[in-house]
Amino acid sequence: MTRTVAIDARGLHKRFGELEVLRSVDLTVHSGEVVVIMGPSGSGKTTLLRCLNLLEEPDAGSVTVHGRTVDCSSARHGRARNRLIRDIRTRTAMVFQHLNLFPHMTALENVIEGPISVRRLPRSYAVEAGERLLAHVGLADKRDEYPARLSGGQKQRVAIARALAMEPEVILFDEPTSALDPELGAEVLQTMKDLAAYGMTMVIITHEIAFAREVADRVAFMDAGYILEEQRPNVFFNNPATPRARAFLRLMADTDGPPPGLEKTG
Amino acid sequence: MDLLTLSLPSLLGGLAVTVLLGVVSFALGSVLGGLVTLARISRHRALRVAAAAYVSVFRGTPLLIQIMLVYFGLPQLGIQLPPIPSAILTLTLYAGAYLSENLRGGILSVDRGQWEAAGSMGMTYGRALRRVVLPQAVRVATPAIGGRFVSLMKDTSLASVITVVELTRVAESAGSSSFRYVEAFVMAGIVYWLVNTTLSVGQEVLERRMGRAYT
Repeated sequence: MTRTVAIDARGLHKRFGELEVLRSVDLTVHSGEVVVIMGPSGSGKTTLLRCLNLLEEPDAGSVTVHGRTVDCSSARHGRARNRLIRDIRTRTAMVFQHLNLFPHMTALENVIEGPISVRRLPRSYAVEAGERLLAHVGLADKRDEYPARLSGGQKQRVAIARALAMEPEVILFDEPTSALDPELGAEVLQTMKDLAAYGMTMVIITHEIAFAREVADRVAFMDAGYILEEQRPNVFFNNPATPRARAFLRLMADTDGPPPGLEKTG
Repeated sequence: MDLLTLSLPSLLGGLAVTVLLGVVSFALGSVLGGLVTLARISRHRALRVAAAAYVSVFRGTPLLIQIMLVYFGLPQLGIQLPPIPSAILTLTLYAGAYLSENLRGGILSVDRGQWEAAGSMGMTYGRALRRVVLPQAVRVATPAIGGRFVSLMKDTSLASVITVVELTRVAESAGSSSFRYVEAFVMAGIVYWLVNTTLSVGQEVLERRMGRAYT
């Protein structure tokens, strides 16, 4: 069985002034796959993720989302290109680290905004779907609350419902739990596990090793603008191929303390 | 002291003109200010420069000079405007410059993440602005905009120098014909104060309504 390719990024380059953030990155994500991106800060993880839905435009390379390709080496302008980029963004939802809910809209309004104003669905249909999604992330009773009244974890779950409401081909998560207290992060991670079990295609930047072990089909390790290795999680966490990944994992274990039942290994 | 030096009909007439000048200029100035704001945050450099130049000129020169220039100066170029339209034109240009600054401040105060969240779901620039950024920007800018409205109400008194018979001019002529300047100007002052107090109360109600989502 050949699997459908959800995202295919080829030869992505991105520099901010003097700083070369991405140097020739290739990444392929198949439908139904969960890819976790790990790496030290400054390694280019977030930039890569933002390039996948063209929130950041790569300087070179191409991004293909479900057969629609944006070639970043060619001309930068034009209506057709803008429409193509919007189309790709509509198909790739993003959940941000910093809980970017719309503060002037209730939880439900946040969820139905995209379906109504971008996907042009009838309001009654969007509301019905929105209520179902809020129930799905366990927040049915919060539909009329404004974000200011929600906890960080609840906000992030609304953000996930908002992402799902676009019925995206893939959801991109940029450190969705790193701004949250651990117990609030846990409820968000649980919601993401449910999505994975559901077969949702996801690309996730996270430092949560236990979560990655459990959910990821593949871990991509980034350093200094390159993907140094892509492995199945049990291989990556037990026996990483590159010295940089080994050093990184050792550092993670040191700062978090060794996980229970696991001795630190050198 | 007889505060009714001003006859009630002339007082109400002056008040009507003052309110007309203030409200119409504020409404037109808001539209103009909105357009100028869009120009100021535009991707096109020429638009940005033109808008910034306009704001700089109308904020950097006295309103009295602007009023006289439009009323006495335009006829030299063959454009003759009656006093009231002339005053409204000037007050609109003047208010537009300030309001665009208030609005721009509001837009800049909206977190970049809001643009990104809107963009990441495929919204166009215009839609993101209308649905996501402007509602938040207007809320932030409302105190400043309300203050601008109150100032504008008072600034309309300068229209008296180009023979517009608004509140200040009514008071002035009543004072000079009866030599009851104190009564006339105190009365006019009270009326301005009443109008602006009403505006301030309205602004507070509006702010409370818009702030509901944030408490």
